[in-house]
Amino acid sequence: MIETVLQFLGDTAPIVGAVLAVAGAFFTLVGTIGVLRFPDFYTRLHGASVTDTAGASLLIIGMALMAPHWLVATKLAAIWLFLFLTSPTATHAIANAAYVAGLQPRTGPGARSSEDGEAT
Amino acid sequence: MNTLLSVATLFLMLGLGLLLTRALIGPTLYDRVLAVNSFGTKIVLLLGLLGFVMGRPDFLDIALLYALINFVSTIAILKFFRYRSFQVSLARKTDAGGEG
Repeated sequence: MIETVLQFLGDTAPIVGAVLAVAGAFFTLVGTIGVLRFPDFYTRLHGASVTDTAGASLLIIGMALMAPHWLVATKLAAIWLFLFLTSPTATHAIANAAYVAGLQPRTGPGARSSEDGEAT
Repeated sequence: MNTLLSVATLFLMLGLGLLLTRALIGPTLYDRVLAVNSFGTKIVLLLGLLGFVMGRPDFLDIALLYALINFVSTIAILKFFRYRSFQVSLARKTDAGGEG
């Protein structure tokens, strides 16, 4: 009984992993569309950073389910840990640098007139 | 399963193209830095996926190295454009010295 369950899990894990990988890639694509189309620097930053963690986590979990060997899964876990630590840090550094340099966020409903404030 | 992985690779490549567009037309410097940083993250994921598509998961070593270099280079670029020099300590300046 338990062997058949394990066999079933071993057979379905790669398929589930592939589906998760496709979902993560889709989230990543949606985030990049947001980076291209959002009106303001800070909103673009939001779109990029959120999908950098969510999409990357989904992709890496999916790849780990497809891993042929435990060493591959360990490497994937290392990559995931590193991305999870550095991606928000880099996003914070970029936002901080832009804010210190005087880039103003676009606020209010009628903020069309101010083109993306050029940093001096 | 390989078809699904190819679809995921295609999605990532489309996203890379959109990010390159943002990096080229980005109105401010920080848009470009953001696009290049995000590009690096996507390249890491694409390297891993390509390793699985080609049946050579050794690509993950390259992906890990790329992730490390990407983070360090982003911080270095930001530091350079803030201080116009790499010779400055990253410690927070006091307000008496003015904003850097």
